[in-house]
Amino acid sequence: MIELNQVVKKYGAKRALNGVTLSIPKGKVIGLVGENGSGKSTLLKVLAGLSSISTGSVTYRGTSITRTIATDLAYMSDTDLFYPYFTVRELMEFYDSQFADFDLIKAKELADFLKVPHEAKMKSLSKGNRGRVKIAVTLAREAKIYLLDEPFSGLDPMVRDDIAKGLIRFTNPEEQTIIMSTHEIREVEPLLDEIIVMRGGQIIAHETIDEIRDFYGVDATSWMVSLFKEPQQGKEINV
Amino acid sequence: MGIDFLPDKPIYQQLIDRILGDILNGTLTVGEKLPSVREYAVEAGVNANTMQRVYKELEQMEITETRRGQGSFVTEDEQKIAALRNDMKEQLVRTFLQSVAAFGFTKDEIVECLKDWGESND
Repeated sequence: MIELNQVVKKYGAKRALNGVTLSIPKGKVIGLVGENGSGKSTLLKVLAGLSSISTGSVTYRGTSITRTIATDLAYMSDTDLFYPYFTVRELMEFYDSQFADFDLIKAKELADFLKVPHEAKMKSLSKGNRGRVKIAVTLAREAKIYLLDEPFSGLDPMVRDDIAKGLIRFTNPEEQTIIMSTHEIREVEPLLDEIIVMRGGQIIAHETIDEIRDFYGVDATSWMVSLFKEPQQGKEINV
Repeated sequence: MGIDFLPDKPIYQQLIDRILGDILNGTLTVGEKLPSVREYAVEAGVNANTMQRVYKELEQMEITETRRGQGSFVTEDEQKIAALRNDMKEQLVRTFLQSVAAFGFTKDEIVECLKDWGESND
């Protein structure tokens, strides 16, 4: 559904993406892992059409990705940029006015499921509740693709659990594709179909979770650690 | 999140074993309706694609059946469940005997030991 071919993204002289070729199928939940600075956030921004590429090509259903595919795709940044005086309800109404695919009823269901008070002001919410609101307004869009940059980062275990359950409950993996970057591999693994490992702006491995467990007999965390120790011992990289 | 999974076995396989266990130990009864794929996925903390595969494989094993528009049910065929029970017992005993053989115990020694346990715990 999304095809990247030899994508290079330079920031000055530095190559944040250095020759990424990748095929993303419809209806999969994909984890994007790798050290800080390996290119995960840049890749998500390129997929979202928020960052232009230096060379190569990125296509979605055969046409080049630009800012206009934002209509099919919901991007959740790793920072929060909410107007502090909005209440949760006002924020949802604002999103509803901005995105044609935003479903206000679903947003309210999500907020209830995640136990977020509708009338609380954003500035008065805890970090955990801001994390819950952020995922709620993202998933309330009926997008084809969700791009989530570090949805679990810096949140306590209860919030992480709620967000994971919200993701399972409110997305339809037959129709929707989810790509999320994360460092919490052990926790996130049961949510994933596939995992992509990045290093130095390149994809060094791309496997299905079942294959890792079947073929290597280990979980994704041990598999990833072994990749970083002895990259030449891994199975041929399948991208 | 949800269930803790062992690292060396596919997650869908561990979920199949868990449901088979629930059927054999009576947590799920003959003919009982299973939760929807989505509900069970949320409860277990796994992706719905994984749970879909679990339900499909259980159906292929003829341990559950899907009725259109109604969901999945544990089979009402008690012979199938009896056969599953027997297979599972054989499988567990085989694994157990392999692991004790690896420590050098003989079958007779182990049978003797199991008898003692059986008597003392009754």
